[in-house]
Amino acid sequence: MSATGVAAPPATRAPRPEGRPEGRRVPTLLRHLGLAAVAASALLAVSYGLEPFRNFQLATVAAYLCATAGLTILTGLNGQLSLGHGALMAVGAYTVALTQDAFADRGRTGGGLLVVSLVAAVATSVAVGAVVGVAAARLRGPYLAGVTLAVAVVVPALTVTFDGVLNGEQGLPVPVAPPPAALGPYFPYERWQLWVAGSATLLCLVLLANLVRSRYGRTFRAVRDDEIAARLAGIHVARTQVLAFVVSAAGAGLGGALLAVLAQSVSPGAFSLTLSLFLLMAVVIGGLGRLAGALWGAALLVALPDLTHTLTDLLTLSPAAAQRLEGNLPLAIFGSTLVVVMIAAPGGVQGLLSRLARTLRDRWRAGRR
Amino acid sequence: MRRIARRGLAIATSITLLLSAAACGGNDGGSAGRGPVPGVTDTEVVVGTHMPLTGPASAGYSKIAPATKAYFDYVNANGGVHGRKITYKVMDDGYNPANTQQVVRQLVLQDKVFAVLNGLGTPTHSGVLDFLHTNRVPDLFVASGSRSWDQPDRYPNTFGFNPDYTVEGKILAHHVKTTLPGKKVCFLGQNDDFGRDSLAGVEKVLGGPVVARQDYVVSNTNVAPQIGALKAAGCEVVVLATVPGFTALSIGTAARLGFRPQWVVSNVGADHPTLAKQLGDAAGLLDGMVGINYLPMQNDTTNPWIQLFTKVNRDHNGNAPFDGNTVYGMAVGYLFVQVLLAAGRDLTRESLTEAVRKGGYQGPGLAPLRFSATDHSGYGGGRLTRVSGGVQAYFGPAYETDEGDGAVNEYTAPAVAPPANGVPTT
Repeated sequence: MSATGVAAPPATRAPRPEGRPEGRRVPTLLRHLGLAAVAASALLAVSYGLEPFRNFQLATVAAYLCATAGLTILTGLNGQLSLGHGALMAVGAYTVALTQDAFADRGRTGGGLLVVSLVAAVATSVAVGAVVGVAAARLRGPYLAGVTLAVAVVVPALTVTFDGVLNGEQGLPVPVAPPPAALGPYFPYERWQLWVAGSATLLCLVLLANLVRSRYGRTFRAVRDDEIAARLAGIHVARTQVLAFVVSAAGAGLGGALLAVLAQSVSPGAFSLTLSLFLLMAVVIGGLGRLAGALWGAALLVALPDLTHTLTDLLTLSPAAAQRLEGNLPLAIFGSTLVVVMIAAPGGVQGLLSRLARTLRDRWRAGRR
Repeated sequence: MRRIARRGLAIATSITLLLSAAACGGNDGGSAGRGPVPGVTDTEVVVGTHMPLTGPASAGYSKIAPATKAYFDYVNANGGVHGRKITYKVMDDGYNPANTQQVVRQLVLQDKVFAVLNGLGTPTHSGVLDFLHTNRVPDLFVASGSRSWDQPDRYPNTFGFNPDYTVEGKILAHHVKTTLPGKKVCFLGQNDDFGRDSLAGVEKVLGGPVVARQDYVVSNTNVAPQIGALKAAGCEVVVLATVPGFTALSIGTAARLGFRPQWVVSNVGADHPTLAKQLGDAAGLLDGMVGINYLPMQNDTTNPWIQLFTKVNRDHNGNAPFDGNTVYGMAVGYLFVQVLLAAGRDLTRESLTEAVRKGGYQGPGLAPLRFSATDHSGYGGGRLTRVSGGVQAYFGPAYETDEGDGAVNEYTAPAVAPPANGVPTT
């Protein structure tokens, strides 16, 4: 039954918390599906309440969320560093562009084809992720960082080398079908984009959350905490690391593909090294090791440029100073946020929130006593 | 169950935060008392643009939008257009198409601009063409000479400003062919429509392929391999379809490699003050460079347009260094004010684009503006410039041509003078 070929090691099975009868636990999958259903209905409600631009921003958060969630699995759960996830997003994005272009060339533009393209994007990035993952499983620390950094630099450069197919830095258009006619002629396109990105992301999150809570999730953590102990417990360390890389590559690929669908175009500039670094910073600030942290990270990636623009608008500066500031401020803010978060809340935003929740609950309990 | 409770709390918090953020965002749009036309009230018209204020293409280009804004401020100080003041929202996209997607959506969907004016860049702007089209936003005077803007059937609301790169390439090649016959002509261009369209024009006039052609990408600021290849091919004339940063880079790199061909440079990358600033002490390398332009030369102080723009620059642009980008930005502003006037008091998006389609505009340009129902390209030609003794000046007649197989003809229509107070009246 075991896909990793590892006999289920008793040592890695999480011990049941005492005093909690097993029969009352809701099955993990059901619980996650329930949460997803709640989130989906909330998203649906929100999509009607928001202006188009906010819908678009939320859809962009959803796209980034796939990538940050994947990176959380890799870095937070499995302890592998990747500076190349932006490039894996590019792989997904270009796959979508090429397949959608191919469909459009044949005169097919139906909405169902987008699902085919998205699946193709995930498949391609899984393949690329597997190759990188095999290399990554042999490397540690700075060497691993070096290889993934190379991926981040090389993949966008490929678009220029093969500019006959990938059209260099100008990039490719991504033809996307309009919202289904059944929704009416004046259905806002951005709401439709949120629906598409939101449902793909929720599906991705349910799968990832399930994985985290499964035996694989436990082997990921065991390898992260102590490779030798994990090996003694019978875990195939390299295989586990490749699996973690592949899973996170799938997330990144889907994220990139969704981003391309939202922007209706892809270009290498969107997937530069900076994006890879931003992704890593985002998951660290959001809270490593928890999927909820990935949500904060993704939200931050979208909110930050907007925030700096508002900030430079508020300050009355000479035009030249405002220009300089607007381009460089996001980097500065991101960096200083990272420093502050690491000092004040090493667990990231999510760590801070859980600590807050715990304190509140303890107070409440103490009050009841 | 504790974990569920905790997770539930986390989710609840995030949803609340999201909703509150959304609510805040929702408020800033509504209260201005907007009419049915986005961005237009009785007292204001809001237009927006995307520009590379930072990044690899910002050299020179970052000065265009402030110049346009300065001209609008000047018009506003003189009473505006039909009693409306013009507000110009400038967004930085760093010449990165992905950023352009974001900022243009913000302009159209959130800031509710009436029109997008002079969005800069071929790769950047082509990514938002469809978005602007489906939202029926007038997309005026794109700051690029790509032929993509001239597709009236597909993008009825999009209009160019610069001469097509093909037109420009044809005029440059016409000069090479008539004054430098028999020389080995080579080409270095940007790896996108800019380079491709320009090369098409050059080869059309030369009647065959260039001796060697190379391209560069904006994200890689090392052009030594390309320049080395051109040197190895024995090029005597090199036509550049480059943005200013890369013109300077190419000329500087060539000098280091001991390669001194005759440089013939596309309009967008031939502004002498910008290039001289980039090259610093090596600005002398620019001597002899041939370029093309279609707007008054910034150092021609006898030109009434330059006098007007210098005054506007002094009063409304903090007396910023005055160069070709300043002239360009203000010329765009002047044309937009003309169009806004022609669109009439009852301003709608339809009346605005209809006004552009009607055509017949004259301003500082040395070449004809060809707007019509079937032609959405901008200026139809230009005049050659040469740098000598550190001064860039026009020489020879102005030319006009088309993007097809048409001949390169002299354009002799007399220049028009600006209105007395610098604001168009009809």
